[in-house]
Amino acid sequence: MQSVKLAASAIAIAAVSASAAAARDNVQVAGSSTVLPYASIVAEAFGENFDFPTPVVESGGSSAGLSRFCEGVGENTIDIANASRAIREREIEACAENGVTDIIETRIGYDGIVFASQIDGPEFTAFEPADWFNALGAQVLVDGEIVDNPHTNWAEFNSDLPDVEIAAFIPGTRHGTREVFEEKVLLQGCEDTGAMEAMIAGGMSEDDAEDACMAVRTDGLSVDIDGDYTETLARIGSNSDGVGVFGLAFYENNTDTLKVATMSGVEPSTESIASGEYPVSRPLFFYIKKAHIGVIPGLKEYAEFFVSNEIAGPNGPLANYGLVSDPELEATQQKIADEETMGSSM
Amino acid sequence: MSDATYSGAGKGRSSLTTADARTAKRNAAEKRFRFYGLAAIGAGMFFLVVLLTAIVSNGIGAFQQTFIEVPVYLDEQALDPNGNRDPADMRKVSTFGYNPLIQTALYQQVRDAGIETSYEDAGDMKALLSASAAAEVRDWVLENPGRIGDTVTFELLASSRVDGYLKDRVSRDSIVNDRNIDAGHLDLVDALQADGALHKSFNPGFIFGSDASESRAEQAGLGVSMLGSLFMMLVVLVLALPIGVAASIYLEEFAPKNRITDIIEVNISNLAAVPSIVFGILGLAAFIQFAHLPQSAPLVGGLVLTLMTLPTIIISTRASLKAVPPSIRDAALGVGASKMQATFHHVLPLAMPGILTGTIIGLAQALGETAPLLLIGMVGYIATNYPDGIVSGFMAPNSAMPAQIYEWAKRADPAYYERAWGGIIILLVFLLIMNVIAVVLRRKFERRW
Repeated sequence: MQSVKLAASAIAIAAVSASAAAARDNVQVAGSSTVLPYASIVAEAFGENFDFPTPVVESGGSSAGLSRFCEGVGENTIDIANASRAIREREIEACAENGVTDIIETRIGYDGIVFASQIDGPEFTAFEPADWFNALGAQVLVDGEIVDNPHTNWAEFNSDLPDVEIAAFIPGTRHGTREVFEEKVLLQGCEDTGAMEAMIAGGMSEDDAEDACMAVRTDGLSVDIDGDYTETLARIGSNSDGVGVFGLAFYENNTDTLKVATMSGVEPSTESIASGEYPVSRPLFFYIKKAHIGVIPGLKEYAEFFVSNEIAGPNGPLANYGLVSDPELEATQQKIADEETMGSSM
Repeated sequence: MSDATYSGAGKGRSSLTTADARTAKRNAAEKRFRFYGLAAIGAGMFFLVVLLTAIVSNGIGAFQQTFIEVPVYLDEQALDPNGNRDPADMRKVSTFGYNPLIQTALYQQVRDAGIETSYEDAGDMKALLSASAAAEVRDWVLENPGRIGDTVTFELLASSRVDGYLKDRVSRDSIVNDRNIDAGHLDLVDALQADGALHKSFNPGFIFGSDASESRAEQAGLGVSMLGSLFMMLVVLVLALPIGVAASIYLEEFAPKNRITDIIEVNISNLAAVPSIVFGILGLAAFIQFAHLPQSAPLVGGLVLTLMTLPTIIISTRASLKAVPPSIRDAALGVGASKMQATFHHVLPLAMPGILTGTIIGLAQALGETAPLLLIGMVGYIATNYPDGIVSGFMAPNSAMPAQIYEWAKRADPAYYERAWGGIIILLVFLLIMNVIAVVLRRKFERRW
């Protein structure tokens, strides 16, 4: 009998709380784990300075965040998706199908991607995109011919690099960072080494050659890390010859164990990324569901606070943490103030 | 058994006092086996000790934190420019307005203590203090507007790098490339420590506080996610116990023994072995996408963990119902009790200790479970607001202890790594308490027949 009563009361609780679900008073954000640190810093300061509750920021990756963002309009869906890449056409269409038509795109700044190794490890101090292509490409150019990658040692193709086995830890394919790595490092290296030209000369179409350039060898010398940078750090910690791909902010928090290499002769820093000298960087975004502005309390205020000069400006807490401020921040601020959606700006 | 007919292998000659070759061999085999057993136990104990030492030595630091006592002059011009002490006006001064006051105060303190420093500007010293300092002072001022114009001494959190220096995690060598702090700051820390303004002490904020952002490891605490775990356990208890007990009583006492009940039995045992992440994705599909319950809510977490715990509770309840001798049932039925009376008045009370033990073990398992929570949005920067009440405790976004620990372990600042270990200590204490309760219940109420 008692258990029947308990079960009944449990159902009652569930019913009461389900109706309470209708009133959400905090902003919900999800998406890129690269943007998460910045979003959490903003959410914290927002909670301190405004009368709204602290927004909730979930991680899970850019694609997962955007697909949840596109699930529909309503209090049961997220208000903002963080992304370490721009939204894709396909995703905009998926959004529109579910009624999410008015999206405000906000660029918050730039993030650098750095190449680092154990601080006491071999002297990996200077890389060129070509080195990474020669080390990791599935097919590379050797003596004028395209062959399956024969290299097992960094010094084989660049005598300036340490004479150690190749052991590279790169972001897995579900990371937005991987896309940047492929386009700005592997593809660039492919062009620099002349492999791309050779591929096209060998009868490939330009698109196919690009795809082939960005393919990574699968014989175990390059390891995809599907977890976070902490996992890459742990892998490098246990392999002194390993080289890993990190975000600039993560490296700056772990300078005691990591040493960073230059890319094309430029040392990564917020300054060199802002000036565009350092080649491997990408913009970070968040996307706001316009239909939720005015419905979810604090949504517009949070977005405005995020891109305010105090937060996202060159001396704000985000820049301190490793974000490269956007020189066009003012335009972004105006965009949010006007609630300018993606369609209207194009 | 063959001993009686054993006539000796040694060509008829065998002695009871001297062992022959085969006996010696058997004795040696037994000795070896005992040694293997001892070695296995020894290895187990060794790993346990290594594990516990690692956890305690890595995590104990999280319970202490470095604080700096700073006398801050609460300048009316900066904090209440209109001078009317109107809370609405004072709220307009954000934490960014408080930062300069605090930095100047620290600078002044260093100067007054006669500490030699190369820093000329108050802003250069901000690396010593946590970014939470401004919010702490602001909250206090908004509560005590009458004190504006006074100089009030605050005990402010030091930054995670300074804290790491006092805990030997950060050294002068390790910060050579660090952009956030330099050796001059560490000299200041030494001087302030000698002066008494900077000290390391017990940090209740770690146990009772809420999660903090990536840039403020020193401020993060486990309190809010503990509440999240508590509300989830309430859901599990209220749902899994009655459902599990009702199911087992029916299966054990009332159900006809046929093929269908056999199939159900086998499937319950199979469910107990299903990886917990499967329940997570089921919860995402059923509770969030279909039933439209909110993301990240402890209610949903509790429902998912209920699904996961049910088989454990059913199996242990059935075992303890089975352990009640049939004579009890027969006696009750013999004096005219109905089957239900026999079950609820006699069998169930006798099986109760076993059921409770099983339930507590199931709860302990659910308390430490992370995988299903990943899928229902409980990992991230979530556990930041204390729930306002019971309903918001179940419905407002929250995390759980193991999910919070997982999140901390992922973050960039090494100070979070220490906090993850510290969180594990708290989680283990809870699990230990639950297991002790289970053992005590069993000892106290167990009956042997």
